[in-house]
Formats: sequence, C-alpha cells, structure tokens
Amino acid sequence: MLTKEQIAKRISKEIKHGQYINLGIGIPTLVANYIPSKIEVVLQSENGLLGIGPFPKEMDVDPDLINAGKQTISIIPGSSIFDSAQSFAMIRGGHVDLTILGAMEVSEFGDIANWKIPGKMVKGMGGAMDLVSSAKNIIVAMQHCSKDGQSKLLPTCTLPITGIRCVKKIVTDLAVLEINPSGGFVLLERAPGVTIEEIKLKTAGNLIVPNQVLEINLD
Amino acid sequence: MIQKSVKSAEEAVADISDGAKLMMGGFGLCGIPENCIQALLKKEVQALTIISNNAGVDNFGIGLFLKKRMVKKMISSYVGENAEFERQLLSGEIEVDLVPQGTLAERIRAGGAGIPAFYTPAGVGTEVAFGKETRTFDGKQFLLETGLTADFALIKAWKGDTAGNLIFKGTAMNFNPIMATAGKITIAEVEELVPAGGLNPNEIHTPGIFVQRIFQGKGYEKRIENRTVSF
Repeated sequence: MLTKEQIAKRISKEIKHGQYINLGIGIPTLVANYIPSKIEVVLQSENGLLGIGPFPKEMDVDPDLINAGKQTISIIPGSSIFDSAQSFAMIRGGHVDLTILGAMEVSEFGDIANWKIPGKMVKGMGGAMDLVSSAKNIIVAMQHCSKDGQSKLLPTCTLPITGIRCVKKIVTDLAVLEINPSGGFVLLERAPGVTIEEIKLKTAGNLIVPNQVLEINLD
Repeated sequence: MIQKSVKSAEEAVADISDGAKLMMGGFGLCGIPENCIQALLKKEVQALTIISNNAGVDNFGIGLFLKKRMVKKMISSYVGENAEFERQLLSGEIEVDLVPQGTLAERIRAGGAGIPAFYTPAGVGTEVAFGKETRTFDGKQFLLETGLTADFALIKAWKGDTAGNLIFKGTAMNFNPIMATAGKITIAEVEELVPAGGLNPNEIHTPGIFVQRIFQGKGYEKRIENRTVSF
C-alpha cells in the first residue's frame, strides 16, 4: 500500500516540463515536494497567485501571501498576482494544463464527488466545481477504500457530485488507474506488494485489467 | 478631483442598517475589511445578507458576526474553517447559498459590469444546477447564472488615495477589486491613504469611480489561519 507521500510522488511523474498546474488541498499539495528539479512548472493558486514558492522561513512569513488552503507561502521570480475573476478565467478558460485534486468517490465514467457529505460535512465546494468542469487534464489522489473498507471507486457516485465525466487518471494507495470513456477503471499499475485480485475485490465499479499491469515505480 | 475620504470606519458604515446586503472582500482571513467589521459589530446590525467567499474563523472576521447572530444569509463558496458556521448551517439557523468560487467571482464581476447573466460549465450535473436554465454550446452544457450586486461593498486595500483609487498587495487582493465594482456604495479601508496624485496611475488596480467612501484604516491584526514555515 502506498503512503500519502508515495501517492504524491507517483503523481509527480505525470507532470511535464512547462505546465501550469493547480494543486488541490490535501494529498495534492504534497505533489509540490516531488516535482523533479530539472523541469520547470508553475503552480497556480485559485486565490490569485501564479508561481507559488515554498513555505517561507519564520522571519519571512507574510500574512498577505497565502495559498488556497490558507497556508502561508512565498513567491518566486516571475510570480504574478491577480484578482479572483481573473484567476477563474485562467481555470475556466482552459489555461491551466493539469489539475490534481482529492476525491471521496469516483465513478467508472469519471464522475467525481469531493465536496459534501449530506448531514455531516457541508463545508462548500470552493473552486472544485470550476476546476473539474474545464480542466484539460484531471488526476485524482485518493484512498482506494474508505476507513470502514468500502470501495470509493464505484459504478456511480453516491455522494453529491462535484463534476461529471471529468476525471482522467486516479492514483490510490493500491493502484494507478485510467478512466475508459465507455465506462470502466483501467488498471495500469499496482502498488508493490498489492495483487490484482485485491484490487478487483476493492473496486466496486467496472475494473478493466489489461494483459500487462506494471508495478508502481517510485524511484 | 472628487474627494471621497471619510474620517473613520464608524462614519463609513453609519447608514448600514438591519437587513442590508453586504459584499465583503477577503479569502479566508486574508484581505478582510477588519475596521468595518469591528464598526458593524459595535452597531450590532441584524438580519444581514453577506456575500463573501468564506465565513472567517470562529473568533475572527465574519465569524464574529455569526457569534452575535447578526447574519440571516451567507452567499459563499467555502465555509469550512468556521465550526460555528457549519453548525448553524446544519441546524438550519442560518440560510446558506453555496456557490462555486469561480461562479461567485464571475457573478460579482458581471454584476458590477452591467451583465445581467452569463453561462458557465461549473456545476453542470450537480445540485448547483437545480432550477437553473441550461444551454448547449458546441456540444457542451452550461448553466445560466445571474450577476450579483450589493447595497454596500466593504473592501480592504493596501494603498488608496482621496479620489478612491486603490492598490492591493499580495493575495489580499482576491475578491476585493471585483466587489468594489458591484457595491451600490463601496467603502474602502486602506493601510495608507494619500492625497489624489500620490499614486502612480499605471499602478492603480481599482479606479476611483467605483469607490464612494475611503478611510485610513488602523490596527490591522492580519491574523494567519495556517502558519506554515520551512526551516
């Protein structure tokens, strides 16, 4: 099984040089720690910053510089600041190359639910619906099953939907999967020590197993 | 040049009364109009409708209004940092309209720009789409959303001049420039107020036409929600 850091590290291998990327809160923010130093990418923050730098040193903390998760951050040479309408023009207008976010549930057609548990958690959707409705490429970081062992990769989502038919790729603690537009989770890679049988048992939606399934390489 | 400055937050909010519809700038606690918030708390206005991306935290920002039960309705995209608010929401004590952040930003921008409605893909296929018109463009579905305005827009900026021109700093900008255009009366509080001519016209983010009242703010706490540092 992969840890959260390992899921983030595996996702970082999907990143290409020159991309503008939006990282959601949770596991996706960890992806920033694994971006290879030899490629240049720019992180976009929905609250109005292009070019997110690392967490600042204590003495450089600036309350006027935060990311979408309300954490203090720094800027980098070439960063720019803009208002919320312009930020979502970048997002909705298809200018962000890659969106990485978390999910509670994903369906075999690529529907995603990640903003509400009725009666229990109604924090709001933030920028998630905008991000998934227009993103060129969406990768989801999630646990394969819930804490009580229920599959989170389903035929259809049971929780309120964030977006329909939008997820392209998923990295879980057990596997790397791709959505087949005709309906199905295509198993691309399995985590070290995890069998295809276990993944089949823990995937409630339609799992498509190709002839060759690689083991996730974390080097 | 037309002069817009007033002496204080108290003077700026003097005519905000019960039932008012307010826009408040800020993303989390970053860029919130701290002085106007304090002035309104002292007035204890009731039954407010507040349009703001977030609801502050339990004991700072808009969270202070919620503790005093001054808010009838919130229009926001994310209220998760405020446990009291989530509780009032789940128990039905407060009315909440949760709007996707980009839709909220564009509704406010459109409201200030005289655009009554527009189409967006955000929320298609979700409960956000309930009761809304849809239309297909190039084979893709979009939702019809309407422009949003307010009786008063409460803005926090970094620098301003007596003509009402504003400059923002860092991610404290966020919703402030668009809300400044969408308030019937826009009140701006600034860290540094200069006479007209004191700002470089090339650097102005919000032209003074959108601002009706401006004052020199004071005592900014600029509370940080998540202080994250590297060593």
